[in-house]
Amino acid sequence: MNTMSWSLVIGLSLGAYGFKVLGFVVLGARKLPEPVGRCLALIPAALLTALILKDTFSTGQQWVLDERVVGLAVAALAAWRKLPLIVVVVLAASATALARML
Amino acid sequence: MGGSRRDAQGRRRIAVRLDTDTRRVVTASLTLSAAVGVFALSFGVLAVSAGASVAQACALSLLTFTGASQMSAMAVIGGGGTVGAALGGALLLAARNGVYGLALAPYFGGSLGRRVVTAQFVIDETTAMHMAQTNPRLRKIAFWTTAIALYSFWNLGTLLGALAGSAIDPQRFGLDVAFTAAFVAMLMPHLAHRAGRSAALVGGAICFVLIPFTPIGVPVLAAGLAIIVGVGIPAEERPS
Repeated sequence: MNTMSWSLVIGLSLGAYGFKVLGFVVLGARKLPEPVGRCLALIPAALLTALILKDTFSTGQQWVLDERVVGLAVAALAAWRKLPLIVVVVLAASATALARML
Repeated sequence: MGGSRRDAQGRRRIAVRLDTDTRRVVTASLTLSAAVGVFALSFGVLAVSAGASVAQACALSLLTFTGASQMSAMAVIGGGGTVGAALGGALLLAARNGVYGLALAPYFGGSLGRRVVTAQFVIDETTAMHMAQTNPRLRKIAFWTTAIALYSFWNLGTLLGALAGSAIDPQRFGLDVAFTAAFVAMLMPHLAHRAGRSAALVGGAICFVLIPFTPIGVPVLAAGLAIIVGVGIPAEERPS
């Protein structure tokens, strides 16, 4: 089922810009309470890990193990060796594509 | 930086070296932006295959302009999630640009109007390039060359990918793992610190466990709760 809509495009654009303006213009150089700043800095670590696991090990609401895990393994290795983003992406995609062909 | 000669020629050498620095910064910005542009191609392809129109995919890149949020929104939609779930997870990810803004703000003066425009370009890459430089002049050059080049490449890549979208089967080329691979590359620096590793572990566990039991999109949103581990971890250990 396709749930894509313009309301998502507009909502996300306004929200994302809102955060940019909030930090850069509204709060500016003002200091956040130390613990709040520390927690906010952890958002990428928590969410990126969640996205990686969801996109690799599930389809819809089901746990799934398939060729995507090959791509994840290759991406992890490539990123750990500090290869450029594009190389990480191309290697991972190729590895999964190859695994599917086999 | 290396030593300098204390004569008339020394001055020239310093000038030349600054020029080299500028060139280095511009080259790095352009390379990064071109790489992100190729990645934008996959965003375009996947957005269309998740159900977005070409116009919607382009509008996301033009207006939202923060890759991870755009990708997570399309991943949720593509998986059959609701607009609310897609928006929740994507906005939570977008919140980090607010934190970048706090860090960058002291370096940017100018009128309110100017700062309101500049804000749109406060993202992972521009912040990283800005922070990586050693003096204010190079910081500014790094920020703006990255901002302009990346915005151009990101939108051009999205358009081309979206146009090609329906003609390409993302599964066949493994494009469905492109998001994951990019997320892995983005995650790596956050794992260099204990707080980051804890948040990643807790967030990942929350998400994974919830997958079969909650509506699509909710597990990622719930993973955001993991940032609470930041309260208990000393400041010197937080990711910079």
